[in-house]
Amino acid sequence: MSSSGSFVLPLILGLPILGAIFVMCTPKTETALHRGIGMTVMVITFLVSLILVPNSHSPFFRPDVPGFQALFDIEWIPGLGAHFKVGVDGISVFLVLLTTFLMPLTLLGTGRAIDKHVREFIAAMLVLETGMLGAFVALDLFLFYVSWEVMLIPMYLLIGIWGGQRRLYASIKFVIYTMVGSLLMLVAIFYVYVQAGSVLGGYTTDLERVLTVALPHHAQVWCFAAFALAFAIKVPLFPLHTWLPDAHVEAPTAGSVILAGVLLKFGIYGFLRYAMPLFPHGAAVWAPVISVLAVIGIIYGAFVAFAQDDVKKLVAYSSVSHLGFCALGVFALTSYGISGSIFAMLSHGLTTGGLFLGIGVLYERRHTRRLAEYGGIWKQMPVFSGLFLIVVMGSAGLPALSGFVGEFLTILGTFIAGDTLPQGYGFPMPRLLGALAATGVVLGAIYLLWMFQKVFFGKLDKAKNGRLKDLDGRELGTFIPLVIGIFLLGLFPQPLLVVMKPAVDKFTQDFKTRVAECDGPAHTFGTGKCDANTKAEAEVQKTLDSLARGAAGVQKTIGGAAAGNAGSPGGAGDAGSARPTP
Amino acid sequence: MDAANLQLGPLPILAWIPLLPLLGALINLVAGRWLPKWLVSTVAILSVGLAFVLAAYLVFGPLFQEFQAGRGGIGITQTIYTWIEVGSFKAQLALRLDTLSAVMILIVTFVGMLIHIYSTGYMAHDPRYKTFFGYLNLFTGSMLILVLAANMPVMFIGWEGVGLCSFLLIGFWFENEAFASAGRKAFVVNRIGDFAFLLGMFLLFWATKDIGVAKDASLDFAALKNPAVGAAYTNGFWGGERLAAAAGILLFIGACGKSAQLPLFVWLPDAMAGPTPVSALIHAATMVTAGVYMVCRLSFLYAASTTALIVISTVGLLTALAAAFMAFAQTDLKKVLAYSTVSQLGFMFVAAGTANWTAAIFHLGTHAFFKACLFLGAGSVMHSLEHEGSTTPGDIMTMGGLRRRLPLTHITFLISCLAIAGIVPFAGFFSKDEILGGAFAVHPPGWPVWYGKLLWGGLLLGALGTAFYMWRLYFLVFAGESRSDAAKKAHESPLAMTVPLIILAFFATFVGLIGLPHIEHPELPGFFHALAHWLDPSVTHEWYATGLPGVQAIAGSESDGTTFLLMGVALLVGIAGITGAWLFYGRGPSKTVNQLVEGPLAGVYEASKHKLWFDEVYDVILVRPFKVVARGLFEIADRFVIDTVAVNGAAFVIGIFGRVSRWFQNGNVQRYLVGVVVGGALVFFMTDCHHKPTFTYKKVGNQLQLHAEPGSGIEGSGAKIYWDLDGDGQKDRDAAGNLIEKRDVTVTGDTGPITMWVEDPVTHKEVKVTQKIDSNAGAAEAQGAK
Repeated sequence: MSSSGSFVLPLILGLPILGAIFVMCTPKTETALHRGIGMTVMVITFLVSLILVPNSHSPFFRPDVPGFQALFDIEWIPGLGAHFKVGVDGISVFLVLLTTFLMPLTLLGTGRAIDKHVREFIAAMLVLETGMLGAFVALDLFLFYVSWEVMLIPMYLLIGIWGGQRRLYASIKFVIYTMVGSLLMLVAIFYVYVQAGSVLGGYTTDLERVLTVALPHHAQVWCFAAFALAFAIKVPLFPLHTWLPDAHVEAPTAGSVILAGVLLKFGIYGFLRYAMPLFPHGAAVWAPVISVLAVIGIIYGAFVAFAQDDVKKLVAYSSVSHLGFCALGVFALTSYGISGSIFAMLSHGLTTGGLFLGIGVLYERRHTRRLAEYGGIWKQMPVFSGLFLIVVMGSAGLPALSGFVGEFLTILGTFIAGDTLPQGYGFPMPRLLGALAATGVVLGAIYLLWMFQKVFFGKLDKAKNGRLKDLDGRELGTFIPLVIGIFLLGLFPQPLLVVMKPAVDKFTQDFKTRVAECDGPAHTFGTGKCDANTKAEAEVQKTLDSLARGAAGVQKTIGGAAAGNAGSPGGAGDAGSARPTP
Repeated sequence: MDAANLQLGPLPILAWIPLLPLLGALINLVAGRWLPKWLVSTVAILSVGLAFVLAAYLVFGPLFQEFQAGRGGIGITQTIYTWIEVGSFKAQLALRLDTLSAVMILIVTFVGMLIHIYSTGYMAHDPRYKTFFGYLNLFTGSMLILVLAANMPVMFIGWEGVGLCSFLLIGFWFENEAFASAGRKAFVVNRIGDFAFLLGMFLLFWATKDIGVAKDASLDFAALKNPAVGAAYTNGFWGGERLAAAAGILLFIGACGKSAQLPLFVWLPDAMAGPTPVSALIHAATMVTAGVYMVCRLSFLYAASTTALIVISTVGLLTALAAAFMAFAQTDLKKVLAYSTVSQLGFMFVAAGTANWTAAIFHLGTHAFFKACLFLGAGSVMHSLEHEGSTTPGDIMTMGGLRRRLPLTHITFLISCLAIAGIVPFAGFFSKDEILGGAFAVHPPGWPVWYGKLLWGGLLLGALGTAFYMWRLYFLVFAGESRSDAAKKAHESPLAMTVPLIILAFFATFVGLIGLPHIEHPELPGFFHALAHWLDPSVTHEWYATGLPGVQAIAGSESDGTTFLLMGVALLVGIAGITGAWLFYGRGPSKTVNQLVEGPLAGVYEASKHKLWFDEVYDVILVRPFKVVARGLFEIADRFVIDTVAVNGAAFVIGIFGRVSRWFQNGNVQRYLVGVVVGGALVFFMTDCHHKPTFTYKKVGNQLQLHAEPGSGIEGSGAKIYWDLDGDGQKDRDAAGNLIEKRDVTVTGDTGPITMWVEDPVTHKEVKVTQKIDSNAGAAEAQGAK
C-alpha cells in the first residue's frame, strides 16, 4: 500500500464524516448539543480548508501551478485499480472553499427551523459535506462516482424528511432523475475503464492515467452523451430541469441553499473535469446541442421564473437561467468563458444561497412563499430588505457585485469564441449565441425586480406582515458574510481569476490538442495516426471514401443484377427445396 | 511633480473623488439609524462638497498645467488596481481626468452639492431622511465613477450603479405601488439599453484585442483612441458597414436607455414619481446626460462612422420634436419638465450626431444648471403648496399667481425659462445656438447634403415648441390669479432651498458666456471660447474616413454674416414661442385653449397627453405578450409538456409495468400456483412444439457436411446422436466398429436419405429424423422441418 502527499484534503474530507458519526453517538434528545457539534465541525472544516487559500508561498496551494496540488494518493481497491486520489487545481479549489464556507452559514441560517430529528439532520448535513467535497477533489473515476452517489443520499433525506408537503414526490423525483443520469455515466465509466485498461496494460481508474488514452471517435460520442446526461441533469440544462423547482420548493431552507449553492455546480464541474477532457471528440460533436440548450435555458428559465407566484420556485428557475450562462461559457472554449463560468458558479453559490436564506427568513415568519402574501416588507424589516437587495442585485449582475464578473466573462467568451475554436468543434454562430445570452441580463432584471417589488415594496396591507420582526443576531450573522462575499467577489475578482488562469489555460490547451487527435482504436494520446496530415484533410478523405464506397456499391448492384444471383445467399425457394420429409 | 502619481493617503488622489460620496453613502446607509439627522446631512453634504473641492483643485491645478502643456486630452490617469484580467482582456480599475471628464465632475459635484443642500429642506420631514441621503450619496459616487472611468468596463460600473440609484430613488416612496413600478420600469428599460451597450463593448474588444497598444488596457478610452487601433473601426463588418457603425449604434442604444431617447424614453416621465431633488439631480442634470457624455467620450469611434452619426442625429431630432410635442398637453408640473428634459437631451444628441461634440457638452452643462434650477423651483412650488394642504401639488391648473407669493422661486424660475427658451444672453441661448449652427454647417462624408439643414430646421421647430411649452408652464404657475386656496396661501420655501436656486440661476444666466460662437469680427477674448478651447484636446476633429484625401476636418465654418443670421433666427423663434404661450396662457387657462382642445385639435391634444400612446403600444406589443409567453411557457411547456408528459409520463409508463408485475407479486399462494402451472405448461409447449431435433446439411464440392441439432426438448449437451448415412435403416458404425456419435459428420459422394437418431440422456428415448438429400441444392443450406 503506497501513499503520498499532503493530508489537507483527507482531513477536510474526514472531519465532517467523523463529525457525523460522533453526532449519531450522542443522545437523541440533546438537540443543542447536536447543533453545537455540527456547527463546530463545519467551522473547523472551513478553517482547515482555508489552508488551501492560494498563496505564492503556500506549501499547499500555489497560484501559478497549472496542475493538481495538495495531492493525496493511496491505493484503495487494488483489484480494481481504484485509488483514493484527491487533489485540487485552480478550477476546483474555490468550489471547495465555497462549499466549506456555505455549510456553516447554512446551518446557522437554519437555526431552530429544524426541530425534528435534529441529530439526524446534522449528520445528514455532515455526510453531505463530505460527499460534495469528495466529488470536487476526487481524481479517480471510481472515487468520483462514489462521492457523487454519496451526496445524493443525504440530499434525498433532507428533502424527504425535513421537506414540505409534497416532499416525497420531490425527493423521489430528485433521486430517480439523478440516478438515471448517473447510471448511464457508470456504464460509460466501465467502458472507459476497460478500454484504458487494455491500452495502458493494467486496469486503473486514476483520472490522470485514464486521460492519457484516446478513445475511438464513435465511442467518445456515446460516452460523452452518457456523461453529459448525468451532468446536464445536475446543471440543470433545459429540458432536464423540472426536478429542480420541485426539489427546491419542498426542501427545507438548508437543503435549498446547498442544492443551489453547491450541488448544481457539479454539472458544470463534471463537464470541465471529466466529460470534456475524457471525450474531446464527443464534446466537439455535442457542443452545438449543449450550447443551444444552454442559451434556451437562459432565456426560458428567466421567462418561466417571471411566471411564478412562489418565491422559491422563482429563484429555482433563476438558477436554470444562471447556470445556462455557466454551461455556455464552458462550451465556448475560451479562457474568458471558462474562467467566467467558474466565477459565475462561485457567485451563484453566494447570491442564490443568499436568496434562499432570505426566503427562509420570510418563511419562518409567515409560513408562506406566495408573492401575493407579501408586500411592503421593507417598512417592517429595513435591514433585511437592504441586505436582500444587495443579494438580488448581485444575482442580477450589477457591476461591482459578484454576479457581473461571471456573466460578463461568459458572454464575452461566447461572443468572441469564433476566433479560437478548434477545427471540427461545433459551436454555432458564437456572436448570435452571445447576444441571445446577453438578453438574460435584461430578463434577469425583470423577474428579480418583480419579485423584489412584490415582496418589499407596496403597501404593508396584510395584517400579519405588520408584526414581522427584523433580522436578529443569528440571521445577521448568516447574511453579513454572504453580502461581504458578494462585494468582495465583485470588486476584487482578480485574485481568484489569477488562480484559475493556469488551470483554465491548461484545460483549453489540453482540450485543443486532444480534440485534434486522430481517430482510431483506443490508443495512447499523441500516437494516433491519420491518413492525412490534418483533421480537415482527414474529414475530406472520409468524405471521399464514403463517396468511393457509394460508387462501388452502385457498381456491385449493377454487376449483381447482370450476372444473376451467383454469390448471394439462397432465396426462399432454394431453402424450400431442401426441406426434408418429416 | 508628476500629476499621475499624486496620492492622497493610501489611494491615488483621483480615487477619492468618487470614494468620498461612496463613503458618505456607506456611513449613512449602515450607521444612519444611530446618527442624528443633522449629522447625516452634514456627512452627505460634506462628502460631496469635499469631492467638489478636490475636483476643483485637480482641474484647476494639475490638469490645467497638463492642459497648458498640450496634454489636456491625455490628462491624468491613475490606476487603482487590476479589476478583471482574463486572457487578453485586462480591465484596470483606472480613472482618468481629462478636459472632458473635468467638465463633468465639476458639474456633478457642484450641482450635486447644491441639491444635497436643497434636500435638507425638501426632505426635512420625511421618515426615511437618512436613507435618502445615503442613496443620494451613492448616486453621486456612481456618477463620478461613470464620468471618471478610464475604460468602458469601469464606466459600466458607474453606468449601472446610477441605474440602481435611480431605481431606488424613483421608488423611494415605495408604499405607492405605482411609484415602485416606475422605479422598476426605469431599471428594466435601462437594462435593455445596457444589453446593447454590453454587446457594443464586446464588439469593440473583439476588434481591438490583438492590437498592441490596446493589449494591456482593454477598452481603455485612450487606447481605443490611438490611431493604431482606430484602423480597426473602418474594417468592414456587416452589410457593407464599418465596424464602427455596428459598435457605435449598439453603444448608442445603451445611451438611448440611459438618456431617455426614442424609443426607450418611456421611463423618464414615470420617473417623476421620485422626490423632486432626485428629478433635478438624476433625471435632469446628471444621470440622463451620461449617454451624451459617452458618445462624446467615444467621439473618435463615431467620427469613423457617419452611418452611426446619422442614426444618432435622427433619433435625437425625432426625440426632441416628439418630446416637445408631448409636453404641450401635460398638466403636471414635473411631467412638463420631464418631457422638456427628454427633448433637450434630443438636442444634445443632434449635436453629438453632427460631430459637434463641444456643443453637446456645452448644452449638457447649461442644461444641468437651468433644468436643475427649474426642477428645484418646481419642488419649491410643490413643497409650499403641499404645506398648505394641496393634495395635488403638481397640478399646474390649480396654481397661478405664485410670482408674488414665492418671489425668489419665481425669479429663478423665470431666468431658467428664459435660458431654456433661448433668449440672449442667458446660457441656453448660446448652447442651443451652437447646436443649431453646427447642424447647419456640418457635411459628414456620406450624408445627403441637405441633411444638416433638415436637422437645423427640425431643431428650430423643436426650439419653438420648447419656448412655447415652457412659457405655458411659467404663465400657468406664476402669472395670472391663483386658482386654488393652497396657491393663495403659499409662501416661500426655507433658505436651504432658495439659496441653491439662486446659485443655479446665477449660472443659468452667465455660464453661456464661455461658449460664444466663433466670429472673425470682432475677435473676442479667449474667455468667451473657453469651453471649446478646453474640450478641444479630448475630442476628435477629423472624420476618420479611409479613402478621403488627407485629413478632413469635421467642423464646417460659416461666415460671420451667416452666424449672426442664424443667431437671429434662433432668437426670433424663442421669442415667437414665448409670445405664443403668452397669447394662449398669459392670463391662466383660457377659453380659446379649451375650445381648441375640445374642438378641432382634440386628436392632437389626446396624442400629446398620452405621449403618442407609447406606453399603451408597448403594453400591447411587449409587456402583455411577455407575461403571456412567460405564463404560457410555464403552464404549457414546463408543466405540461416537459414535466407531465415527458418526465412523469416516463414514470407513469414504468409505473404500469410495476403495477402489472405487482399483480403477480402479491403474496397470494394460489395465484403463484397458477403462475407455476401456466409457466410449466408454457415450457412444455415451447420445448415440444418449437424445437424438434433435426440436422442441417451443406454441400461443399463433392462432400456433404452434416450438423446435428438435438433440439430443445432434450437436454441438448448430453444428447447422444447416431447416424444412418447409407440409407440402410441401421445406425452406422465407423471404421473401428463403434457407433458414429459425432455431431458433425462429413459424407463423400451422392447419398440417399440420411437418418439421424437423438437419444435423450435421461429417458433414453430416441427420436428419429430422416431427410432426403437434394443433390441440386448446391451450396444451399437446408433446414430441417420446423
